[in-house]
Amino acid sequence: MSKQSIDALVKREYTAGFVTDIESDSLPPGLNEDVVRAISAKKQEPEFLLNWRLEAFRHWLTMSEPRWAHVHYPPVDFQAISYYSAPKAKTDGPKSLDEVDPELLKTYEKLGIPLHERARLAGVAVDAVFDSVSVATTFKDKLAEKGVIFCSFSEAVREHPELIEQYLGTVVPTGDNFYAALNSAVFSDGSFVYVPKGVRCPMELSTYFRINAANTGQFERTLIIADEGSYVSYLEGCTAPQRDENQLHAAVVELVTLKDAQIKYSTVQNWYPGDEQGRGGIYNFVTKRGHCRGANSKISWTQVETGSAITWKYPSCVLEGDNSVGEFYSVALANNYQQADTGTKMIHIGKNTRSTIISKGISAGHGQNAYRGLVKILKSAAGARNYTQCDSLLLGEQCGAHTFPYIETKNPTAQVEHEATTSKISDDQLFYCRQRGLSAEDAVSMIVNGFCKEVIKELPMEFAVEAQNLLGVSLEGSVG
Amino acid sequence: MSDMLSIKNLHANVDGKPILKGINLEIKAGEVHAIMGPNGSGKSTLANVLAGREGYDVTDGTVTFQGKNLLEMEPEERARAGVFLAFQYPVEIPGVSNVYLLKAAVNAARKHRGLPELDAMDFLTLVREKMQLVKMDEQFLYRAVNEGFSGGEKKRNEILQMALLEPALGVLDETDSGLDIDALKIVSDGVNALRGKDRAFVLVTHYQRLLNYVVPDYVHVLANGQIVKSGDRGLALELEKKGYGWIEGATARA
Repeated sequence: MSKQSIDALVKREYTAGFVTDIESDSLPPGLNEDVVRAISAKKQEPEFLLNWRLEAFRHWLTMSEPRWAHVHYPPVDFQAISYYSAPKAKTDGPKSLDEVDPELLKTYEKLGIPLHERARLAGVAVDAVFDSVSVATTFKDKLAEKGVIFCSFSEAVREHPELIEQYLGTVVPTGDNFYAALNSAVFSDGSFVYVPKGVRCPMELSTYFRINAANTGQFERTLIIADEGSYVSYLEGCTAPQRDENQLHAAVVELVTLKDAQIKYSTVQNWYPGDEQGRGGIYNFVTKRGHCRGANSKISWTQVETGSAITWKYPSCVLEGDNSVGEFYSVALANNYQQADTGTKMIHIGKNTRSTIISKGISAGHGQNAYRGLVKILKSAAGARNYTQCDSLLLGEQCGAHTFPYIETKNPTAQVEHEATTSKISDDQLFYCRQRGLSAEDAVSMIVNGFCKEVIKELPMEFAVEAQNLLGVSLEGSVG
Repeated sequence: MSDMLSIKNLHANVDGKPILKGINLEIKAGEVHAIMGPNGSGKSTLANVLAGREGYDVTDGTVTFQGKNLLEMEPEERARAGVFLAFQYPVEIPGVSNVYLLKAAVNAARKHRGLPELDAMDFLTLVREKMQLVKMDEQFLYRAVNEGFSGGEKKRNEILQMALLEPALGVLDETDSGLDIDALKIVSDGVNALRGKDRAFVLVTHYQRLLNYVVPDYVHVLANGQIVKSGDRGLALELEKKGYGWIEGATARA
């Protein structure tokens, strides 16, 4: 097959690009202290949270946008963004699914997100965030029996302020980086999970994020706390309408595991990637970090990143507890004019801490994919081990793959391994598969899924299928 | 019986350079044709043109397969219609297990024939039976396609694929090259087991050696893009004795 046909095959249709016609209550574009106060007031937040936001905002004013990533885009005009948009509701918020605007429910149905019966059948508890606010959380009662708290962030602020005050910003401090500071100042909602001591969360928890309104940014905040000896598996999915202008998504996710606890956090990210010419798409500038605070605890990140015009995110683990384990499994796909600069940081502090990094980058069209990873082993981390494997797959002639691994070790007993490969889907491979009767699309999808297999198998079963389909769709028309 | 494959006045270029310069060949079901010739004579080009490989441009002539215009069909359509190419250099596909590709290929063919797709269990039963034909160990099913396979293992894998897909026409492009005598015997036994009245083979080979094991009905000698001599198995033996210089000399005089 010619290059032309590879390019034709990677062409994609974005199926989640519709807009829901719904009245929303938005703040006018612009950002100053009054906006921060207005958001806090709309959410009737306690004093400590307003002060926390203001501190973050003042810090943010002194910071400048990071420019070290291998991505290129015009400067973002932070005054042109609306920092709050919520579907209009008659009351303060929906008390149950029956009160949720049917238009909203239709949107989630279109996206294949089960909020009603299907949720029960699938055994997945879902929290859905539409623009800036959480609209529905299913299964709350069943979880409550076990003492698991799973609710919107706003609700957690109202109902469990002591947990928020204790944990918020302890993993990602307000001044951590430019986008984390911005998020801390203006975040509007997100998800909150607390799993009590010794409890194994009885179902997968899931959040779907949706940007609908134009010219808004989405700044959600997720906080998950796994108390001693507990376990939870959490999944997030994301989509957005198709628009010609870029939209900003700057989320912060904080995970905390205490002694013997485990969090498995999976992401299937399918924000609108922009069109074939690179117009529009989401800027996905996200800070995700987990803190293995207690001994023998474990945090595992799995991400399948197929959307967004630009992705800038490094889900990381701070391995403080002795014998704690950090894992990062990633598939990042950059097609058309998408740019991805993603990877992880593994900070080894405790003794015998272990980390595994498996990164699979796929570049097609004019896509640029960079892996950036830091493995840092402090003096205290005797016996620490890391294994990193970093593979790149190229489709076509115009795309690029880049690898920026950083390794710092201060303890002589540490073992660090790094392996990297770069390969191409060749015309020979395609012809071979076609000669065996497979269509070119099926052949590419098979080869790409084979390439990603080690990561996909880390996803919860029902989402693994979704991820595989997404990889197939994302590359449709990209072979030539 | 009517022709399975009919090639008339076939001309083809590679990189703008004429390689095939008027091939005529008629093949009936049940027949085995060997195509021999010196390096650069166009043997492999003919095999690749039949399979529809990109970069092999047909400039003149026709190829009819089971009454259909083969040259108008996409490579996967040809495959599903029953044209199988055993590659001279089988391609490695890291990360994709052999069994996955085999199952996808078999089900693509079944779908084309209007048959239900085989599930994992039925497929496994089928593939185990076929693997005995080429004496392949089951572990090869779960390794990545051709990755780390020896030359002989790759060629056996090709014959296994052919046995599973049961094509009407098998085109073997230098399947004997790089095989030791044991592997050559296994591969030949596999091909012989697939011979039948409804199936035809084109064996592209440089050496006579393969033809000791897979005995052809016809032997054609290709030189400079044309079939310059056709005969039976005796022609292959004569070539072995006298070398290709004899044929090339003869055509030069003609």
